[in-house]
Amino acid sequence: MIAYAVRRTVAVVPILFLIVTVSFFAIRLAPGGPFEAPQALPPAVRANIEAAYGLDQPLGVQYGRYLEGLLHGRLGPSLSIRDVQVSELIAQGLPVSATIGLAALAVALLAGVPLGIGAALRRGRALDHLATGLAVLALALPSFVVGPALALAFGVHLHWFAAGGWQPDARHLVLPVATLALPTIAYIARLTRGSLLEVLRADYIRTARAKGLRERQVIMRHALRPALLPVVSFLGPVVAAVLTGSLVVESVFGLPGTGRYLVEGAIDRDYPLVMGMVVLYGALTLGANLAADLLHGWLDPRVRHD
Amino acid sequence: MIEAEALGADEQRSAHIAGLESRLWRRLRHSRAARFGAAILMALLLGALLGPLASRYGYEQLDWRHIAEPPFAGAHWLGTDRLGRDLAVRVFYGARLSLAIGFTATAVSVVIGVLWGAAAGFAGGRVDGLMMRIVDGLNSLPYLLLVIALTTLFGRGNPYVLFAAIGAVGWITMARIVRGQALSLERATFIEAAVASGASAPRIVLRHIIPNLAGPVIVYTALTVPQMILFESFLSFLGLGIQEPLASLGSLIRDGAAQMGSAPWLLAAPASLLALLLLGLNLLGDALRDALDPRG
Repeated sequence: MIAYAVRRTVAVVPILFLIVTVSFFAIRLAPGGPFEAPQALPPAVRANIEAAYGLDQPLGVQYGRYLEGLLHGRLGPSLSIRDVQVSELIAQGLPVSATIGLAALAVALLAGVPLGIGAALRRGRALDHLATGLAVLALALPSFVVGPALALAFGVHLHWFAAGGWQPDARHLVLPVATLALPTIAYIARLTRGSLLEVLRADYIRTARAKGLRERQVIMRHALRPALLPVVSFLGPVVAAVLTGSLVVESVFGLPGTGRYLVEGAIDRDYPLVMGMVVLYGALTLGANLAADLLHGWLDPRVRHD
Repeated sequence: MIEAEALGADEQRSAHIAGLESRLWRRLRHSRAARFGAAILMALLLGALLGPLASRYGYEQLDWRHIAEPPFAGAHWLGTDRLGRDLAVRVFYGARLSLAIGFTATAVSVVIGVLWGAAAGFAGGRVDGLMMRIVDGLNSLPYLLLVIALTTLFGRGNPYVLFAAIGAVGWITMARIVRGQALSLERATFIEAAVASGASAPRIVLRHIIPNLAGPVIVYTALTVPQMILFESFLSFLGLGIQEPLASLGSLIRDGAAQMGSAPWLLAAPASLLALLLLGLNLLGDALRDALDPRG
């Protein structure tokens, strides 16, 4: 298991390096630069500013410096927001994004898995129809439709929750978390249901029943663990989906998270800011994939020996 | 003699495929979800194609005397936006653009995905390993976020950048599916028999491989269309996709969400149209998958 863990972890490093390299050069290929709009600076002033940020150096040198900084944990200064480090912007926004994201993930797992189990065990009954219906609805209702609709219904009209803005309390948390969690609940429920139904057809389940175990024990001891494996391995994509969804949710509810920096940084040609976001989101996605892999390996010994 | 036997096998195969097709139609026609999905889609396609023609307003025509008018109140069936543009016309124009982008991006991603997957699967060995490693790498990237950054940098609202970016996202799963199918076909005994009986390479590809790849490719293509439409709307919602005065469902939802307190119909109309569109496409795709599932 330890060898497996080390192997998987080491494999992440070149991918992250590749992301950093490709994004670094791709961003520089884009037309325009950070100090062009909106007011044109005198050429001498602009040259001075660019020299101060090292932007006058050859691209290869800048790339080397960026990598060196990254290894020391430095993401560099923002070019569009004066006198602020990219790491400070992330430090301000991340608690908000992380609170929403983790809450949504927890809600999705705590609601999705039991719903899927229930649907599989009561196949063709009300709970099953609920789970399947929810899955179809979730496909048809993307977060940028659900978010504004929830804000309109429960925020603007009913005044149960805040329609926007950020305070770390339930009033402000419920709607963004619900928006983010709903499609994920449906997804996890569908996955759990399908996989449990598959497992319940296996020979060893028949054996367990033939031994005279009670249905409860058959499910809890024998069926559930293998049935949850697909859910575990989809944790990576689910985290990626929550990260992407948080872009929408932060924009709909006006939350001061990190999502807006990706778009704003790209519009302003704020190279270090965009890179910082790519590194952050890349590391989070890869980390989630890695965690899913390790968990999968721990739960299913066969995986470790590939 | 051997050639004749192989021919016989060929005919049996095509007969089998014809049987599959009619069974597919029968199953689709009997599926309530498929009929429902198809009905929604037909209605929306007709609306998107004919709706704007039937109206006397253009999608960017301003009506200063009826600004932000609610639905069913006057001459404008679904009301107007803050510039007095007819919402019904804009919504159907938006659906038209969303559908066009969705289908184009799907075509792009299907072509790339099928070629990539087939090449990897039939080449095998090291080439296959390398090509699939690339696919795995792309799959573990926060790909959507890179695309967002790149779309922003290289031209917001430029439809060509949008097509390329959206199409580039969709091909990965398709490549995986086709590659898996190609690998299992390579080992299939009827391919071996065709090779042994001296069938030419184009004949094998045309008569044996393509018909056997078709099922999964069709199903995944059907399921890709709503994903692509969703992705375009997502980008447009963030303000990175279609720009004014053009409208797609995503950009209309963005505008509507900004004014949902004062003019909720601006949000409700495009949001429900997008939901219906995605529902119809997904129901149809799911039904197609069930109908092609040999276990069913």
